Amino acid sequence: MKRRDFLKVCLAGGAAATFGGACGTARAGGSFEGYPDGMGVLVDTTRCIGCRSCEAACNKEQKMPEPKKPFDDMSVFNQPRRTDETALTVVNRYEVKESSRGQMYRKQQCNHCNEPACLTSCFVNAYTKTREGAVIYNGDICVGCRNCMIACPFNIPGYSYSSAFNPLVKKCIFCYDTRLKYGKPPACVDICPQEALTFGHRKDLIKTAHERIRETPDRYYDHVYGEKEVGGTGWLYISSVSPDQLAMDTSLGNEPIISNVKEFLGTVPMVLSIWPALFSGIHLLATRNKDHHDNDTSTHTPGQEDGTP
Amino acid sequence: MKSLISLGIKTVDSHEKEPGRPWTLTEKLLLGLTPQQYLLQAVRNPFNWFLAVVFAIGIPILLGRFVFGLSWVTHSSNDYPWGMFLGFGLFAMVPLSSSGFQMGTACEVFGRHDLEPLERIGLLNGLLGYFFAVVYLLADLGQPWRLPYPMVVSFGPAAVLFLVAWHVSTYLSVQVAEVSTSFFEWIGFPAGKRAVRKITLGLTVAGIILSTLHQGALGALFTYAPGKVHPLWYSSSFQWLHFFVSSLPGGLCMVIAVSTIASRTMTWRCDERFRQNLDRLTVSIAKGAAMGLATYLTIKLIGIAHDNEWAYLATGWGAWFLLEIGAGVILPLGLFAYGIRNQKLPVIRFAAFTTIFGVVLNRVNTAMITFNWKLPYREIPHWREAVICLTIFCIYLVVYRFILYRLPILYQWRSQEEPALAHAPARETQHTMPAEPIAVPAYRSRLVPETEKA
Repeated sequence: MKRRDFLKVCLAGGAAATFGGACGTARAGGSFEGYPDGMGVLVDTTRCIGCRSCEAACNKEQKMPEPKKPFDDMSVFNQPRRTDETALTVVNRYEVKESSRGQMYRKQQCNHCNEPACLTSCFVNAYTKTREGAVIYNGDICVGCRNCMIACPFNIPGYSYSSAFNPLVKKCIFCYDTRLKYGKPPACVDICPQEALTFGHRKDLIKTAHERIRETPDRYYDHVYGEKEVGGTGWLYISSVSPDQLAMDTSLGNEPIISNVKEFLGTVPMVLSIWPALFSGIHLLATRNKDHHDNDTSTHTPGQEDGTP
Repeated sequence: MKSLISLGIKTVDSHEKEPGRPWTLTEKLLLGLTPQQYLLQAVRNPFNWFLAVVFAIGIPILLGRFVFGLSWVTHSSNDYPWGMFLGFGLFAMVPLSSSGFQMGTACEVFGRHDLEPLERIGLLNGLLGYFFAVVYLLADLGQPWRLPYPMVVSFGPAAVLFLVAWHVSTYLSVQVAEVSTSFFEWIGFPAGKRAVRKITLGLTVAGIILSTLHQGALGALFTYAPGKVHPLWYSSSFQWLHFFVSSLPGGLCMVIAVSTIASRTMTWRCDERFRQNLDRLTVSIAKGAAMGLATYLTIKLIGIAHDNEWAYLATGWGAWFLLEIGAGVILPLGLFAYGIRNQKLPVIRFAAFTTIFGVVLNRVNTAMITFNWKLPYREIPHWREAVICLTIFCIYLVVYRFILYRLPILYQWRSQEEPALAHAPARETQHTMPAEPIAVPAYRSRLVPETEKA
């Protein structure tokens, strides 16, 4: 290899390394614990009676299509449901062994994580965690790779597969555009007749939750789900039974999802910076005293080909 | 085609049909046949009838997907957002296409010019594999017309997929450049070929970097779903290594598989150099693949040990995992060892196909079969989804065959203007001398200096 070519390779490698390094620093930020004034909602499942009025309010506020079964039809509880393109929040019923009530309800929607997996997995940055604590979505740039749905540890985002020309991710946005931005609680909280949902600053809600548990320890299982799970979520749950009995995943750990990915992301700048020099070096060693085809073969005479040592 | 050649038809393998009379482009496209002869050989090939049936059913469904939306061809699952298009199309096609960078590296960086008869097919296999992985992706994306968005409209640099998008698109252009030399020879544009040859080393090294990272990145995509991928297929620390390392034997075995199929089904297109070297090079490449498999098996076991997942082996998922490792890794490894030692080429070729099966099974397992293992139900893809997968795969085969029939991939272009190529046979005879070929891209760095000393 000519020295000039070697320099060219090194230069290209250096440029690549700079680019990779820039990405690397952007990625290597420490874990983010949420905006100080981020809002949240405390869900007290001991108060929920499964009236589904939150579902109805959400449907109206977000201008969703009319559901197949009306919101006063309680037969929907016979099957566990998940959020999808037609429902940004659903209430499910759970048969609980130890509770005296036997049946409990839990509303689910986007939990508005402090460090959302959907946001960190999105390659066009369609998601934003706002100062108010909402995780919102920009449908104008979404490509539809659905990586966010793979990444979400709570299986929340739905996709409007039925749309051929403008399919989008559908998930709860904390009523950001119509309410949260103006300091108002989301529609579901507003309508709840049981005050099962409490809107407030996330910091305060954590205190409230622990106070309720301390004041009436018989009523609650001592855990605030969402305080620490996957780096903390904006929506918090307290309950009379352990979270797993209400189908809340207890195996998620307290690290944000992106922590699992950081080991790989750390190797990226290394590969970008080391490989060019390594492989150019190997090339120099491997082709020492040999023809190496760097230039067009026509520049060599046949005799020079394969001048093996 | 065979029978036509026996009738004295001359195939296109140089610029001039006869001295002073160059082939026209139409003649080149028709392989030097008259239109009637061309149609006749196409109709006589039974495989074309199979393709016709697939396309008759598949193409309308493929078009329908873009008119009626994804819900028409898939089960619109929110729990399994990635179905067969990605699980098979993207995640399996990409590792099987690592042949491009490996053959390029072996020939251009490590100076293993004896592998050159298979270099171009390795590069082409890489290019087409990536290209069709992107085609599968386009079928899967909700809004495929927005595919360039991560490049030009909005950046999400913290996302692994961002890296995949950039690297796959950059690498596609690198591969187009690498394969373009064959095209320039065929079309008759030697200046273009010389220009590309000058930057070959740079392209090849760029190929190694981009391949290492995005093969790994495809694995790292699943580290976003630690609770969803079954622990036996998941490893936060090693996921990217598992995907990268398994892509090495996957790509090499594709070279063996494709060259085997080509040498059987288009013998007329393979020249002497290809035919005479095929068996020897197959053994060389098999050695590389065997070392890759051995490494893969080791780090797979390290992955289990690292997260202490041995207990899962006793479950039903564990049995499935052991089947994947047994049939897709250990079996071909044993076959390779036996085949290489005893120079049994059928055994080696069978092992190569088994390896490919193993790599595909691993990707489909990670992306679909064991995904959401905690959920009570498993998603069975819609039949239309399967038909589209088959259709795109058949388009891939057609394009592959179209190029192999024409471009100088399996044969060398005979060219008067470039005397350098004329002495190529002499180079080979010299090169057959080293009796112990070594062919392990990943390990060659260690091995090459030793053999150079010898």
